[in-house]
Amino acid sequence: MELTTIWFLLVAVLFTGYFILEGFDFGVGMLLPVLGRDDRQRRVLINTIGPVWDGNEVWLITAGGAMFAAFPEWYATLFSGFYLPLLLILLALIARGVAFEYRHKRPEASWKRRWDHAIFWGSAIPALLWGIAFANIFRGVPLDADHEYVGGLLHLLHPYALLGGLTTLGLFLTHGAVFLALKTTGDIRHRAGTLAVRLGLGTAVVAVAFLTWTLTIRSSPAAVVLAASVALALLGALAAARVRREGWAFTGTAVAIALAVATLFAALFPNVMPSTLDPAGTLTATNAASTPYTLTIMTWVAVIFTPIVLAYQGWTYWVFRKRIGVQNIPQH
Amino acid sequence: MDALDVARWQFGVTTVYHFLFVPLTIGLSVLVAILQTRWHRTGDEKYLKLTKFYGKLFLINFAMGVVTGIVQEFQFGMNWSDYSRFVGDIFGAPLAIEALVAFFLESTFIGLWIFGWDRLPPRLHLASIWAAAIGTNLSAYFILAANSFMQNPVGYRFNPDTGRAELTDFVAVLTNKVALITFPHTLAGAFLVAGSLVTTVGLWHLMRHRTSPDTDAYRYATRFGAWVVLISSTLVLLTGDIQGKIMTQVQPMKMAAAEGLYTTESPASFSVLTIGSLDGSREVFALKIPYLLSYLGTGDPHGTVHGINDLQAQYASQYGPGSYTPIIPVTYWSFRFMIGFGLAAAAIALLVLWTQRKGRTPTNRWLLRAGLIMPALPLLANSFGWIFTEMGRQPWIVFGEMLTRDGVSRSVSLTEVLTSFTAFTLIYAVLAVIEFKLLLRYARAGVPDVTPTPDDTDDAERPLAFAY
Repeated sequence: MELTTIWFLLVAVLFTGYFILEGFDFGVGMLLPVLGRDDRQRRVLINTIGPVWDGNEVWLITAGGAMFAAFPEWYATLFSGFYLPLLLILLALIARGVAFEYRHKRPEASWKRRWDHAIFWGSAIPALLWGIAFANIFRGVPLDADHEYVGGLLHLLHPYALLGGLTTLGLFLTHGAVFLALKTTGDIRHRAGTLAVRLGLGTAVVAVAFLTWTLTIRSSPAAVVLAASVALALLGALAAARVRREGWAFTGTAVAIALAVATLFAALFPNVMPSTLDPAGTLTATNAASTPYTLTIMTWVAVIFTPIVLAYQGWTYWVFRKRIGVQNIPQH
Repeated sequence: MDALDVARWQFGVTTVYHFLFVPLTIGLSVLVAILQTRWHRTGDEKYLKLTKFYGKLFLINFAMGVVTGIVQEFQFGMNWSDYSRFVGDIFGAPLAIEALVAFFLESTFIGLWIFGWDRLPPRLHLASIWAAAIGTNLSAYFILAANSFMQNPVGYRFNPDTGRAELTDFVAVLTNKVALITFPHTLAGAFLVAGSLVTTVGLWHLMRHRTSPDTDAYRYATRFGAWVVLISSTLVLLTGDIQGKIMTQVQPMKMAAAEGLYTTESPASFSVLTIGSLDGSREVFALKIPYLLSYLGTGDPHGTVHGINDLQAQYASQYGPGSYTPIIPVTYWSFRFMIGFGLAAAAIALLVLWTQRKGRTPTNRWLLRAGLIMPALPLLANSFGWIFTEMGRQPWIVFGEMLTRDGVSRSVSLTEVLTSFTAFTLIYAVLAVIEFKLLLRYARAGVPDVTPTPDDTDDAERPLAFAY
């Protein structure tokens, strides 16, 4: 396999990992005002992701770094072209990350309420915008022959992209609800499970609509199979959630997110950012790539370190595998 | 004002701001790990109290370092896309490796450390803070290797077919002599900040509460912090000296700009104070120490140090017409502030140790006042150090290869970059106030009570040892 293809796959894998892991963090953040009826319940929700959210966010930093190292043209065009949406994502991630750490640092209700807002919006905005961004990458944006983005903000906000945003929003909400059902006890667990089924049904409709639209834009046999599997995985997850098999339900939503990302990347290849104007402006895995020398070095680094990272990150989840409930929340 | 100016201001503001938190993360992670190791070894409760106390301050600061760091990685693509295109083949690799090798280690193990007090065996819990500290310190190496490429590009060739700089020798990039010396210099500067914070907080409690049962802990913290400051300031000076000599070789203009040295001199004298003419082309008044600059720059008191005007003429003939001179007042003063503030912190640390000789307790009110401003001094020194090294490279973004004005994103409008600059500045200002107040609140609260509470409830009912 060519090095550029390997790195296309690796970037896809890193974004998939990011969406699966921070997907449920975003879901938990958005469900904070819904499932957390009082301060202790809200603290239960936050503490389900407390030990892991930071490590989950590093998947984004690694995905960005990998894109920069392996496909500098893609990184440069995407990040400068999607300037304002990325700015909003950054501001949201800043407010949200600080909120987790600072919320419990003062006892006043008004203090906590402000950080609860930061967690909610800091989760909802990226959950929506990542879908909009990836739908645009896939559909293509106006790029000139130098691969420079020549559209404005409004070029990024069209029905297909908005449907993509709703799809990630729905997937992350469902994924978060299932995660909470898996990680909590008592009343929260019960309500999270019920909510997951309702949210999941709505999400399934939106996701099927989005993926069908996706396949009419650009398609490959692999993409069709993947897209159909998204719906199956999601429905399987909901069935499992209904009978309170939370481990299976979580596996199902994680697989659904992975397959949805895989569908987009599979149908995109070998392009990485199609141009809707000059076909010469289209960025591909070949013309956006670094030199074979750089890609070879990076491949070795990835081969050696990725398994190590997966091992200790996986171990962290094992250490904090226990469910928690309001009885486990200390007074201070 | 155009988009380029605003993009530069944004990079300056967000980077200096990010680096207010990073030194504390780098230094304090290790100092907390040392405190916890001492507790593990001796079983003395005082060390556990200090671990938890400084650990709390560390985490308040850590969160800010993390979230402002994401902006740094995104900003190259968002605002400096032509730069990213030009150097991505070289510059992206250390960034990706930093994330994969260092950031994962740091963030995963910090989570284990924060929440793992009752979940992990003590040895493993101790290992977690060390793993996080190693990750943090390692991350500094990769980002400094990337920055050093901009100061002194090595291990690459310019490919005229692709119009970009391409990697030819990755080992050369990682062993860039600028990176090898900037790394210990930056780490020592970070420990200067962390040591100062430990000293300040310990000293305040020691002088305020003379009869507290925790006096012993505060006395230890004060001395521990002050020794860290003294050792790290010595290392800052030693590494800074070597750095000056390397800078004279690879970026002579930066050295000349640091000194306001307009004409080539051999031997060259070190300027204590130089006032230049308004157009910055010649000096009006100067107070100097003979031979010192020659020694600092070349290691030989009679060595030749090239002046700004000669270098400007040389670069103009080498790279074409244009100005290749940084803004002299900025480089000249930031260089002096960097050294001055760093030395001031070291002097206070020396005083703190002197007033505690043979178990005495310091009583002088002026010492307390000086002690309270102490953490601000190395923070300022760090900021001015970065302002100096980045502004001293101007007008280049990659020395000798690409001008800063050619690296900016062409597709980002003035309105867009003004929007982001305003948004970052506002949110950063608000968060700075919040963070500072929280640090004060938790620093004032003092060391926590660590007596274990007897608990016979079963595991499923037991409260978490730590919860957000």
